[in-house]
Amino acid sequence: MGLKESLHNFKEKNKDKKWLPAFSAIHTFLYLPNETTHNGTHIKAADDLKRTMNTVIMAMVPCLIFGMFNAGYQHNLQVGDVQAAAGSFFSSEFWTMANFMIGFWKILPLVIVSYGVGLGIEFIFAIIKGHEVEEGYLVTGMLVPLIVPVDIPLWMLAVAVIFGVVIGKEVFGGTGMNILNPALTIRAFLFFAYPTWMSGDKVWVEGAVERTNEIVAGANLDAISGETILGSLAQGKEAGYEVMDMFLGFIPGSVGETSTLLILLGGLFLIFAKIGSWRIMLSSALGAIVMGLIFNQVVDSGWITESSKFYGLMSTTWWHHLLIGGFAFGTVFMATDPVTASQTNKGKWIYGFLVGFISILIRVFNPAYPEGVMLAILLMNVFAPTIDHYVVQGNVKQRMKRLKAKTA
Amino acid sequence: MEHIELFFKSIFIDNMVFATFLGMCSYLAVSKKVSTAVGLGAAVIFVLAITVPLNWLLDQYLLQPGALSWLGEEYASYDLSFLSFIMFIATIATMVQLVEIVVEKFSPSLYNSLGIFLPLIAVNCAILGGSLFMQSREIATLGLATTYGIGSGIGWFLAILAIAAIREKIRYSNVPPALRGLGITFIITGLMAIGFMSFGGMLTGGDDEGKKEEQTVHVSSDENIKEEKVLANNIKVNE
Repeated sequence: MGLKESLHNFKEKNKDKKWLPAFSAIHTFLYLPNETTHNGTHIKAADDLKRTMNTVIMAMVPCLIFGMFNAGYQHNLQVGDVQAAAGSFFSSEFWTMANFMIGFWKILPLVIVSYGVGLGIEFIFAIIKGHEVEEGYLVTGMLVPLIVPVDIPLWMLAVAVIFGVVIGKEVFGGTGMNILNPALTIRAFLFFAYPTWMSGDKVWVEGAVERTNEIVAGANLDAISGETILGSLAQGKEAGYEVMDMFLGFIPGSVGETSTLLILLGGLFLIFAKIGSWRIMLSSALGAIVMGLIFNQVVDSGWITESSKFYGLMSTTWWHHLLIGGFAFGTVFMATDPVTASQTNKGKWIYGFLVGFISILIRVFNPAYPEGVMLAILLMNVFAPTIDHYVVQGNVKQRMKRLKAKTA
Repeated sequence: MEHIELFFKSIFIDNMVFATFLGMCSYLAVSKKVSTAVGLGAAVIFVLAITVPLNWLLDQYLLQPGALSWLGEEYASYDLSFLSFIMFIATIATMVQLVEIVVEKFSPSLYNSLGIFLPLIAVNCAILGGSLFMQSREIATLGLATTYGIGSGIGWFLAILAIAAIREKIRYSNVPPALRGLGITFIITGLMAIGFMSFGGMLTGGDDEGKKEEQTVHVSSDENIKEEKVLANNIKVNE
C-alpha cells in the first residue's frame, strides 16, 4: 500500500476527530483531493479554488525572484560593490549570485513567517469551526512578502498577519466572504501601526536602517539612502532614474512591486488563464492616465507654481505614474481580487476606473502617504458592494422595462 | 475654489462617520437594507443642508461674542454662546419635524420603513455635530456653511450607503455566532474607516493650509471636549 492510500485510510478512520481539517489540509497539499471546493461566493467556473490560487501564485513567482535579485542589487549598489545596471534587462551586474543570496536570505524569512502564521491561524479556525482548511490564504501569504519593505522586523509582520487574517477575513466567515483584501489589510495595519518601518527613505534598501544607526553610534561608514522615486518626487527632487530602469524594475521599493515588466507578464498570464479580470486592469490604467493627464494639464496651464508642495508629483509625465511605485502591482494582483472587487462586468469598469483615479489623486494630493494604490483599493473595496448593488438594480429595471414592452 | 475644497473636505476628509464617528446610532440601526439607508441618508442630507446655514445665522447674529452689536452699541459686549446648544437643538428639532411631515405626506412607505429613526434624527449626533463643527471651525460665510452642511450630509449618506450594501452582501456569510448583528457591523465600520484614511491629511499638507488648520485646532480644543461630552450624552439619550 502506497503512502497516498494509507493517508486516505487514515483520513477515513479519523473522520470525527477534531483535528482532522488540519490533517486533510496537509494531505491535499501533497496529493490531488478526490473532491472539489464546495462553497465560496466567487466561484464561477469548473476550476477548484486551489487551482485558481496556484495560478495566481505562478504569476507572482517571477516578481518574487526578481525581488530577491533586486533587494541584493539595491544593497550592493548603495554600498558601492556593483555598478549601476542601467538600460538592459539582462545586465550582468544585476543577475549575480551575490545579489541573489542577499535577497534570498532576506526575503525567505518573510515568506516563511507570512505562510507560517497565516496558515496556522487558518488551521486553528478550521479546527474550531470544523470545516476544511480553505486555500484562500495561499495567495495572500504570497502577496504579503511582496508588498512589504525588505527590512521589516519579522514580529511586526506576524502581528499584522494575525490582524489581517482574523479581523480581515475569519470573522466574516473565511475565504470568499471578506470585505477588504486581506493582504492589503495586513499592509494597511503595518502602515498605520508602524509608520517608521513602512515609509521614509531608509526602509527600502536592505540594511539601510541598521547602517544609519551604526553611523549615529559613531561607525565610520557611508550612509545608505534608498529613497523611492515617489519619495523624492514628492519632495520636488528629480527622480534620478531612467525610464527604462523604472520599467524593468532596477529601483528601490517593496519586494515585488518594482518590475513593471514582470508584473505585466504576470497580468497577461492571469488574463490568459481567465482568472484576473482584464476589465479591472484596463480600466484602472485608464483611470490613472486620465488623472495624470488632468494634473499635467493643470501644470501646463500654469495654475500651480513651482513653489507648491504638489508641483513635483503633478508635473510627472502622465505615463510615468503607471511605472513608478506600486501602481502596476496593485492593479494586477490586488485590485483584481475576485472576492473584494466588484462582481458585475459594468461594476468592474467603474471600480477599476476609480481605483486608478483615486490612486493618483492620493499620490499627488496627500503628502502624508507617499503611495496611494493600497488605500485607493481598500477604499474601492468598501464601495464595491454599493457599485454592484446599483448595477444589479439597473439591470433589473431594464429587464422589467423589456418585459413590459413585450407583454404590452 | 474655497467651496470645492470645503465640499471635498467635509465629504471625505472629515467624514462624519469615519473621521469623527458621529451619528452611529441610526447608522448602525438603519443600515440593514440599501433602500432604507438611502432614505435616511437623504433625510440627513436635507436636514443638515438646512440646519447648518440656519444655525450659522443664529450664531452670527445672536450667539457669538459681539454678535448682538447690530442692535446697538451697548449690546456689543454681550456673549450668548452658552445658549448655542439649546438654540441649535431647537432649530434641528423644528426642521426634523418639518421633514417628517413632508415625508409622511409624499412617501408613506419610506415613512414606515424609517419608523422611529426619523424623529431620532433630531438627536442624531451627526446633525448637532455639523452645527457645532460649523461654529468651532469658524466657517466664514453663509454660502460656505451651506456647502459644509450639504457636504457633511453627503459624507454620512455615502457611509450608510456603503455599509448597507456590505451588510446585504454578507447577509448569508458564516459569521461566528457571537459576532452576528452589531458586532460584525462594528468591525466592518472599523475596516471601512481604514479605507477612508486614504484621505486623512489630504490637502492640509499644502503651503499655508496646514498652519491654519493647526490654529483652529488649538483654539477649539476646549470646545471640542465640551462637544464630545454633549455628544456622548446624546448617544446615551438615543440608546
